[in-house]
Amino acid sequence: MNIDAKNLEYKELNEAIRQMSGGCTVSGCMGQRFIGAGMSDKEITINGVPGNALGAYLNGAKITVNGNAQDAVGDTMNEGKIIVHGNIGDATGYAMRGGKIFVKGNAGYRAGIHMKAYKDKQPCLVIGGRAGSFLGEYQAGGTIIVLGLTDDTKPIVSNFPCTGMHGGKMLLRSDCKDIRFPQQVHITTAGKADIDEIREYIQEFCMHFGYDENEILSSEFTLVVPDTKNPYKQMYVAN
Amino acid sequence: MSIEFIYPEFEVIRDQSRCIGCRVCQRQCANEVHSYDDDLKILKSDESKCVNCQRCVSMCPTRALKIVKSDCTLRENANWQNNTIKEIYKQANSGGVLLSSMGNPNPLPVYWDRILINASQVTNPPIDPLREPMETRVFLGKKPDKIERGKDGKLKCNLSPQLELSMPVMFSAMSYGSISYNAHESLARAAKELGIFYNTGEGGLHEDFYCYGDNTIVQVASGRFGVHEDYLKAGKGIEIKMGQGAKPGIGGHLPGTKIVGDVSRTRMIPEGSDAISPAPHHDIYSIEDLRQLVFSLKEATEYKKPVIVKVAAVHNIAAIASGIARSGADIIAIDGFRGGTGAAPTRIRDNVGIPIELALASVDQRLRDEGIRNNVSLVVGGSIRSASDVVKAIALGADACYIATAAVLAMGCHLCRTCQSGKCNWGIATQRPDLVKRLNPEIGSKRLVNLMNAWRHEIKELMGGMGINSIEALKGNRLMLRGVGLNDRELKILGISHAGE
Repeated sequence: MNIDAKNLEYKELNEAIRQMSGGCTVSGCMGQRFIGAGMSDKEITINGVPGNALGAYLNGAKITVNGNAQDAVGDTMNEGKIIVHGNIGDATGYAMRGGKIFVKGNAGYRAGIHMKAYKDKQPCLVIGGRAGSFLGEYQAGGTIIVLGLTDDTKPIVSNFPCTGMHGGKMLLRSDCKDIRFPQQVHITTAGKADIDEIREYIQEFCMHFGYDENEILSSEFTLVVPDTKNPYKQMYVAN
Repeated sequence: MSIEFIYPEFEVIRDQSRCIGCRVCQRQCANEVHSYDDDLKILKSDESKCVNCQRCVSMCPTRALKIVKSDCTLRENANWQNNTIKEIYKQANSGGVLLSSMGNPNPLPVYWDRILINASQVTNPPIDPLREPMETRVFLGKKPDKIERGKDGKLKCNLSPQLELSMPVMFSAMSYGSISYNAHESLARAAKELGIFYNTGEGGLHEDFYCYGDNTIVQVASGRFGVHEDYLKAGKGIEIKMGQGAKPGIGGHLPGTKIVGDVSRTRMIPEGSDAISPAPHHDIYSIEDLRQLVFSLKEATEYKKPVIVKVAAVHNIAAIASGIARSGADIIAIDGFRGGTGAAPTRIRDNVGIPIELALASVDQRLRDEGIRNNVSLVVGGSIRSASDVVKAIALGADACYIATAAVLAMGCHLCRTCQSGKCNWGIATQRPDLVKRLNPEIGSKRLVNLMNAWRHEIKELMGGMGINSIEALKGNRLMLRGVGLNDRELKILGISHAGE
């Protein structure tokens, strides 16, 4: 089923999507916000550029964007999948607790900030290109993967990654020699077991965007994990 | 004694002629103040562990115990007071940030106590609430600017979603984790019986309490703990927490030691992991960004829930509230600098923020001046201590009040201000099962209902005295208030005249 978004406000567009049972294609999308917010049983394909807060509180729906996406995609996402065939704006996957986000291109600032995990809910954010500053700030769980599949010479992640990180892990396809990390994280070269753990995510990334899994995995990955899940333990004295 | 020694703040006085050696005090004290000497057959106390929560005093069957302030003091000094010096010792010993609980205890002005309420004499009669109906119901949410009628003359009713309260008081946010399961159950049951609301705080909603959803406000804060679709849809309203009166401008750290069992499950984070709520919402840097979060929540809940934006009372609160009123929020909650907390850095709690009375008056005036007062309802908290505080707040322009310290007092809190220890002997600010069970939700909710019913009656009597028979007629009715002992600037901000004028 097709929804022409051309003259629809976001409220009307979301209402139209809610009325559809199962899958739908939104064409002519021009910055409408909140598409798919809180939805659980939909499969939405978007042609054009969706606006901010795409798939906020997503609870199981699958969203594919044939184009770029803007800020706050997958805010507090609980379950489901968002696939972006382009670049993505700031604060991708803010506090996401479950589900997966795949981005073919680059991500803006604060991707994966405060990402969490809980039991069977293990969120994953895979960025094909580069990530902006503050990647994985306050990360508390889940997996953030950045592949750096761009041919420019810029670093795979900009300034201040992993500040306040206290859970989860981050894998960066780079030796990260030029990246400055904070003190409370451990930096190592990813071993075979680490790569095996993310193989499934990489396979799915390749399936969506037509890359070769072995070629991607043949490069060096840097593994970043926090050295404590209680970073502020010694900070206080009872008064 | 060593350089690190700080003389205990309290003394435990045990009248040995009354003590029967039953050891109740020993069993009741989670701080392990009392111990039994098997050789001497007497109870002893280690007052250095005492926090003066009065649990042992209350439980002692022979009234043999009392806790008094120690008179062992440092040399008196009006500038370097005892507390100030001890805080320096504590920090010199530990290198830590001072951490306190509950509201600001310092002797700063309490404007409620400098405001007096009017009563009718001769020219218009007071109303007796025992004889005549009084309306204490309020509706919170965006109100239409004008009445619209269709061609058939009938009212066009497209009212935004509203919260209906039987009286203008709600229980404000306290998370499951900062307070116990039994405390949450007490609040939820009382809110349901009273026809008001309690607030989950940023700790998720325990699965057992979804049944109280019609009387629940669910909170979304910067850490987004426990926030998911079912949670958002479970409550009657959604509160975005931008700030808190006890600690404006900073986030929260619930230590991993408190993230156990059900608390971990309800917050949806692993056991033992710190629950860190960042100071800002990292996706909100402007009113436009706030608008985005407001409407993402509205979209996710299909515009069925009013959205509250809660902020701490700070210096530019009127301008901030004006922005919030334009953000699409339905209700603004403002928390004054005396608001309580389970833990806040002492320096922040005692020095940041402004009194709620001044914040409320300036916000209400600003929203009226800008013609947007009907865009939002105003809820105020941060030390509302009595029915008369409620009446004064409404007359200053509030639609309703939030209470939390008064609510935990009703449940048994004795305001010892050591919530951060997690060893609350009254079963409120603790997760220890042996302590939690001391608060019976049946009794806790009954006491909350009693308190609110008493306040409701007092509110009616105060209104009746003024010849006013509904909250709506009292709202923003500052002519009913006079200041006493306030200077011109304070009176101007409060928008009231001095007593005698």
